[in-house]
Amino acid sequence: MSSSSGCDCAVLGGGLIGLAVAWRAALGGLSVHLADPDPGAGASSAAAGMLAPVTEAHYGEERLLDLNLRSAQLYPSFADELSRFTDLPTGYDTRGTLAVAFDRDDRAVLAETAAYHRKLDLESTPLTGREARALEPMLAPGVQAALLVEHDHQVDNRLLHRALLAAAVRAGVRIHRSAAEIVVEDGRARGLRLESGEVLATDQVVLAAGCWSSETPGLPPGALPRIRPVRGQILRLAMGTQPLLARTIRAMVRGRYVYLVPRAHGELVIGATTDELGFDTSVTSGGVYELLRDAHEVVPGITELALVESRTGLRPGSPDNAPLLGQTALPGLIAATGHYRNGVLLTPVTADAIASLLIDGTIPGYAVPFSPQRFGGPSCA
Amino acid sequence: MAETFTIGDRSYASRLIMGTGGAPSIEILREALIASGTRLTTVAMRRVAAGTRGSILDLLAELEIDVLPNTAGCLTAGDAVLTARLAREALGTSWVKLEVIADEHTLLPDPIELVDAARTLVDDGFTVLPYTNDDPVLARRLEDVGCAAVMPLGAPIGSGLGIRNPHNIELIVAAARVPVILDAGIGSASDAALAMELGCAGVLLASAVTRSQQPALMAAAMRDAVAAGYACRAAGRIPVRRFALASSPSRDESPAF
Repeated sequence: MSSSSGCDCAVLGGGLIGLAVAWRAALGGLSVHLADPDPGAGASSAAAGMLAPVTEAHYGEERLLDLNLRSAQLYPSFADELSRFTDLPTGYDTRGTLAVAFDRDDRAVLAETAAYHRKLDLESTPLTGREARALEPMLAPGVQAALLVEHDHQVDNRLLHRALLAAAVRAGVRIHRSAAEIVVEDGRARGLRLESGEVLATDQVVLAAGCWSSETPGLPPGALPRIRPVRGQILRLAMGTQPLLARTIRAMVRGRYVYLVPRAHGELVIGATTDELGFDTSVTSGGVYELLRDAHEVVPGITELALVESRTGLRPGSPDNAPLLGQTALPGLIAATGHYRNGVLLTPVTADAIASLLIDGTIPGYAVPFSPQRFGGPSCA
Repeated sequence: MAETFTIGDRSYASRLIMGTGGAPSIEILREALIASGTRLTTVAMRRVAAGTRGSILDLLAELEIDVLPNTAGCLTAGDAVLTARLAREALGTSWVKLEVIADEHTLLPDPIELVDAARTLVDDGFTVLPYTNDDPVLARRLEDVGCAAVMPLGAPIGSGLGIRNPHNIELIVAAARVPVILDAGIGSASDAALAMELGCAGVLLASAVTRSQQPALMAAAMRDAVAAGYACRAAGRIPVRRFALASSPSRDESPAF
């Protein structure tokens, strides 16, 4: 009943990361199969698509910042190459980001952020509230101060996913709309078994299953540091033909963060909550209320927009918020997961690093600190 | 520390109770919790689910730190009681850090709802540790309804403003027959030491560590500050004088008076 087809590489997960890895590997001449019951249904389509290494920089995550900056630099050529390969848009948009502070306490946090940027040589320009409102007239009069970050961009992650799916198919990747189990023989990964029983036999299995990575059937205990789901609730509003904002606004409102990402085609994305409630994907009334309340404090005009979507995504949270890239403790199993808040941003660099590992057998130096084996025993489960 | 710290029917070797809110990652939280030496840590039940592997609850179990579920975010006694009961069901503990806040800007406790909720939960068999205003009368009322400790704030949650009314904390400590735990407002190590010098039995803090630039280092500072403040109180400080007194006397000091 079960058949078997051999390939150079089998990818589990057809989100942005899995598809980009598969596409790059196939361009490099490998025969690639990919399994996903519903490609792009997870965090890839929920995300806001911010490419924001600077405004996402956090104390203690300086190594991750380096990787984020590297991926941001890859984005223009990555998006361009993808669009040329598929004749599809990605919505890559370089209009920049404005971080704004709502009250006096928020302004103090923003000033600390600006000092942190200076210390790390990251480019950001402090603005007064008045200067910020000259750039973005729809900002509330109460906005106290802002930081203009020209190099934090955005991409439309839904367009990007559609383009990557098309690119993978065009490059010869075989897509199987099926869940899959990792086949382990003699202590190493030997392929993926699909629901039909068919086995994609290979010596290189790439695990790119986002927040479900640790739940993958067949995954031996201890093979991978624990990835947990971190729920984000996110809203989409319609601006129509009169865009409310010219660039992404990331606001701190009385100590809480909210972002508003305007798309060129008229969508306004507002997010996001951070809830650790397992695999529960409910949208809660409190989540929607808090997002709209805080967004309204910063941009009062949003009340006139149509609310067209409220949904959740589950971020794949690793123990240190940084991705797991490369060889796992199980020989033959390669991780490309655990990207937490930065999956969209880290798509190009992940694709390059993992494709290099698949094709040449070596992972580039910049990805070495993100080895899945960097944690001590207790983080593995 | 010389003596263990007893609340209800449990004793702890550490007088520092940690919160988890604001931690940037599980790894950083792990390092901070280990550095703090805490044996009891509070978790917001509205923000976590039991049974998620790799979660904060998983981490606490691995580090063998007792979980103190809290009712953060509840605005009525009804909400808080319901949340406490759900926590008891999910985690199998009847201990609860009771928070009933009055509004989202100040996050100050609503005293009337708080006493109501405390009474209901004590009657229902809970060990109740209420987060309260620094009001000595309210603290006594909470003790009267059977709370196992009282946890007055030093300043609003997350403000880092320290202990704004040390005199009230002293009054609460002087009257209390249950442990007094300074909860909320701690910004720096000196705030934590002061709480212990005022006679508190313990300190509960989260943001001061989790939102600092180096959480593990700050956790160690807080651990040491709590120990230092406790030892200082136990050692008995010298009386404050208006004028100098040479530490090397020129003649023998006779026994006092």
